[in-house]
Amino acid sequence: MFDRAASALKKGLKAWTESMVGDELEQKLKGLERSQNEYGVDPFGFSLEYALSAIAPMIWVYRHYHRVEVHGIEKVPKGRVLLVSNHSGQLPMDGAMIGVAMLVEADPPRAIRSMVEKWVPTLPYVSTFMARVGQIVGTPENCRRLLESGEAILVFPEGMSGISKLWPQRYQLQGFGLGFMRLALETNTPIVPIAVVGAEEQSPALVNVKPVAKLLGFPVAPLTVTGVPFPLPTKYRIYFGDPLFFTGREDDEDAELEKKVKVVKASIQQMLDSGLKERKHVFW
Amino acid sequence: MKPAVVVTGISGNLGRTLAKQLHQTENILGVDRRPFVGRPKDIEMFQIDLRKKKLEDVFRRYAVKAVIHMGILHDPRMSSEDHHSFNVVGTTRVLDCVAKYNVKKLVVLSSADVYGPSPDNSNFLTEDSPLMAAARFPSVRDLIEVDMLAHSFFWRHPQVETVVLRPVHIVGPTIKNAPSNYLRNKRPWRLSGFDPMVQILHVEDCARAMVAALKPGLKGVYNVVGPGEVPLSAIFQELGSQPRSIPHPLARPLLSTLFRYRLASFPPEELDHIQFLCAVDGSRWVKETEWKPSHSMRETIRAVLGE
Repeated sequence: MFDRAASALKKGLKAWTESMVGDELEQKLKGLERSQNEYGVDPFGFSLEYALSAIAPMIWVYRHYHRVEVHGIEKVPKGRVLLVSNHSGQLPMDGAMIGVAMLVEADPPRAIRSMVEKWVPTLPYVSTFMARVGQIVGTPENCRRLLESGEAILVFPEGMSGISKLWPQRYQLQGFGLGFMRLALETNTPIVPIAVVGAEEQSPALVNVKPVAKLLGFPVAPLTVTGVPFPLPTKYRIYFGDPLFFTGREDDEDAELEKKVKVVKASIQQMLDSGLKERKHVFW
Repeated sequence: MKPAVVVTGISGNLGRTLAKQLHQTENILGVDRRPFVGRPKDIEMFQIDLRKKKLEDVFRRYAVKAVIHMGILHDPRMSSEDHHSFNVVGTTRVLDCVAKYNVKKLVVLSSADVYGPSPDNSNFLTEDSPLMAAARFPSVRDLIEVDMLAHSFFWRHPQVETVVLRPVHIVGPTIKNAPSNYLRNKRPWRLSGFDPMVQILHVEDCARAMVAALKPGLKGVYNVVGPGEVPLSAIFQELGSQPRSIPHPLARPLLSTLFRYRLASFPPEELDHIQFLCAVDGSRWVKETEWKPSHSMRETIRAVLGE
């Protein structure tokens, strides 16, 4: 019975997606099939069928809740690419919105991958959901494998300290990891910097309640203005920057890599600053 | 008589499958402590324990050109001392004979399980990944030790072409290992909300891989992947089984109690296999041999039921 309800839900959601995106885009989305086997999944566990259902509420949120405005998406080159963005908002809506943008605004649409934390596979339901929509654990081997097969990967080098930043730190980029730069150099992949304006105010966190985090086994447990994190309908503006190409040795000293990472970080910060200056209000 | 191939553990289901494929082209000397039921006439059988001195007689009496070592057991009910002794001492004896009697080729059957399922695993583990299985499941450390013994033999005896095969879960109609038994279950447990990608290999394809490993010149450590990977739930659907969903925090203590009272045949650590990924990259093996799985994914899944 549960299975039947789940499959009816899936069908309903898929029809919703189809009604929202229109015929032309729907055809293009169907062309996104990766190397899928007779059971409808690719080797990493991505299922287009599942993803097109799962994405329906996200498209609605994209259009009507966060009312996302996208700038410069045409700058994303074809083939392998690392999309590097600021990360914020307690819940990874920024990742979802960039993902939807690449599906419904980019031409041709691209199903991007993003890298999830290593504790995600330990979460029931979430782990399965993430795998079916194409998100995988962020190990360097996974990333390398995907880039070598020409995929677009979204990374948040701020990691946990980005998404869990508290209200006073909004729009201040936290420390960037160096891993993405090593991978970009190793696989000769262009980097597209992305600035997401709007996500940083969606769920203002006042304090991180560490004992609760420890109790639940979560990395953080923020107390937000809504109690538990819930995204408010802030208006999103997503800015795609010009692709950056780096050359050098991937096994260079950290100090050398940091110089290159700084270039990416500065480019995102600059887009954030100009985006903030342009907007009139957090909610519209 | 032309030089023979020694096959240890020949009386098991996999061993018999291998023997059937190999006995028409090679002289086979089978070694096992169990009798070989339905043995083809041209296979000479030695019913001995690998740990016994008599093993050497096989090598003394015959010219041996290759050894396929799969006399490795995995039985969670056996005392860990016996288990360890049989696998580690047995393997050591076989390796000693290979070195002493100048055997040119050694094929050791390990398993992709040596990497161990874990939430931080990459989606496809290569042969260079650390062997972490014992970190979460200490009683499999002898299986890792067998793999390491073969590995160090590879370096200590460069004149021997050593091939270590790490196949994914082997399934087949008569196979009685943990994955086959689990999948044959009409109402298997699954952990609520977990549906990892799994890789399975048909027993005949695994036997063919061991035959392919005899190819002159081939040596090294190889993962062997079958027709690919599917979500665990797809296998249940294909087999028409009705899994029971158990929340994972309950499953472990429950299974541990059931196992202790002999009401379940799996130790609780095996739950990791239906919760986390332990999938491997088999591209190196495919590139260096002509081997390809002959059974499709659907056939491989259905093989569990003997269809």
